[in-house]
Amino acid sequence: MKREISYAEGILEAFNYLLTNHQNVFVIGQGLWSPWYVGASMKDLDVKYGKERVIDSPVSELAVTGAAVGASICGYRPVVVHPRMDFMVLAIDQIVNQAAKWRHMFGGKSIAPVTIRGIINRGGEQGAQHSQALHSWFAHVPGLRVVMPATADDARDLLVASVLSDDPVMFIDDRWCYEHKSQVVDIEPVRLDSVEPRVLKEGNDVTILGIGYSSLLCLEASTNLEKDGISAEVIDLRILNPIKVKNILKSVEKTKRFVVVDGGWTNCGMAGELIARVMENISISDLSASPKRVTLTDAPAPTSSNLEEDYYTKSVDIEQVVKTMF
Amino acid sequence: MDKLFDPKYFNDELAIEGFGSQELTKFLDAMILIRKAEEKLAENIENGVIKCPCHLGVGQEAIAVGVSSVLRNSDKVFGAHRSHSHFLALNSDLDGLFSEVLGKESGSSKGMGGSMHLIDRSVGFEGSVPIVSATIPIATGAALAAKLNKKGEVAVAYFGDGATEEGAFHESLNLASTHKLPVLYICENNLFSSHLHISLRQPSQRIARFAESHLIESATLDGNNVTEISKHCQKAVDKIRNTNRPYFLELITYRWKGHVGYREDMDVGVKRKEDLLVWRNRDPIRRLELALINSKTLTQDSINDIHASIDFRIKESWKRAIDGVFPEKNNLLDLVYSKK
Repeated sequence: MKREISYAEGILEAFNYLLTNHQNVFVIGQGLWSPWYVGASMKDLDVKYGKERVIDSPVSELAVTGAAVGASICGYRPVVVHPRMDFMVLAIDQIVNQAAKWRHMFGGKSIAPVTIRGIINRGGEQGAQHSQALHSWFAHVPGLRVVMPATADDARDLLVASVLSDDPVMFIDDRWCYEHKSQVVDIEPVRLDSVEPRVLKEGNDVTILGIGYSSLLCLEASTNLEKDGISAEVIDLRILNPIKVKNILKSVEKTKRFVVVDGGWTNCGMAGELIARVMENISISDLSASPKRVTLTDAPAPTSSNLEEDYYTKSVDIEQVVKTMF
Repeated sequence: MDKLFDPKYFNDELAIEGFGSQELTKFLDAMILIRKAEEKLAENIENGVIKCPCHLGVGQEAIAVGVSSVLRNSDKVFGAHRSHSHFLALNSDLDGLFSEVLGKESGSSKGMGGSMHLIDRSVGFEGSVPIVSATIPIATGAALAAKLNKKGEVAVAYFGDGATEEGAFHESLNLASTHKLPVLYICENNLFSSHLHISLRQPSQRIARFAESHLIESATLDGNNVTEISKHCQKAVDKIRNTNRPYFLELITYRWKGHVGYREDMDVGVKRKEDLLVWRNRDPIRRLELALINSKTLTQDSINDIHASIDFRIKESWKRAIDGVFPEKNNLLDLVYSKK
């Protein structure tokens, strides 16, 4: 039976499902015994499953991530939680050098199926070191699956799929999505490698591809564009690495216009990569307009509210760019 | 304590009381195997057959042999960049090492890892990696898994003195101490990180001081004394299994080769050359051989036989490695991800 849940509730449901059904799952990270650290997405897990399986940790991103990697090598399915992605940078050796390469460099004889949950928490004048979305960095690394849900159902189902995957997964959720609501049925685990980019809304005139929270902005923009007679097809990327473009290509071949919206910086970002992937596989003469990207300007996040107002993408920015293509 | 750092001392025959002749012969055999395997690698680095970077631990054989003598196959052991001895001491798998260093399919990591990425899960050797200190938190996590398993397993992290200058080391000790994790930290203090002597890197050369600050029980011992290491590790490991508390063992030793490659003094010039001559007197193999001969446990002839038999094994194993095939080309991509 269908019911409605929010994105934060989706994450919480996934944790409840995993901790109930899989005894080798545990969760470790800073703030897990605090009521406010990770919003409503982990509420009371420590009370329900015990402090031995829901572990609040010392202020040691590197060792705690490494410990999760080590436990995953030994048969566990740990989720290490970084309540703010900026601090996760301290753990990058364990993510990039160790977990991502473990299977390959040992000839497939060992795996490191750890899930690293990095949370994007931005806006509200938090400034340069409390606002980053570094997903493009991690998508660059072979061996690391990178997952970024935009919708409540995906937040739930892709977290379950991430933890059950035999590969290390960077699962990135965005606090700006937490109130988004979806209709769901009960959890039916899916295989992460079967997940493709998803068409959130069908259209004929332009393909707008979003990543994480940006996909919600794309939906908003598409509704407004309808008033101007533009029928936009909105696609949510969902998996950033390894990347799959089949559905995107199919859409662009139909609409002949392509815009990527990403909440990361412009240079060397996901938007550039996605445009390149599409352009490599399509004839330029088949397009009605040059592809466009809507991304953050290449500057650290400001604190001052009047600068912040310009810094983050709004749906109207997407609408303006789309209109230039007609 | 200071004498441990002074190569004039601890050069005599080992004390072997409490050990049977079979066990002592096993120690000797294992140390000679490691020594000769690494000399074989050195020879083939010099003649250009081996291209992959190899960090040799000649002179440090007693540590891995002593530690491994008290471990079970269900324990989880992690190495670092200088880990041939850690790998060989658990399973004497010469073929796995030689083939791996040559990038052959029959290598311990199917030729995908080389000298710096060895693995043998059948005996609990869960992997070695060259990023300095990286396996310290990983072993600490293996200890967390062991604690959740409640089967008395122990995790072991081998690392050098240089690794103790990394933040991951201090974070891990704090985590293990606070969360009561069954891990044995083995610091092989060979006084050098690459080319740089510890006196130029740390205010004290005694690493166990860090364990004390994290309230982890510790000891500093002669790292070239296989019987003492084995005896001490047995007590430490029993304690870890019974209490789920970490233990820290600092073992003072000296590496006879340069940081990487076959040369003896490639990094640090004359001063090290002079030091090396004196440190060679603390040879862990010669000291055990002396004890075995003086106690009439073995004759010089039987020791010679051991050497000859290991020479033969190494020659044959090396030949098999040279004749081995390279990994299939599809491994490059097929091993990146699992299928789910």
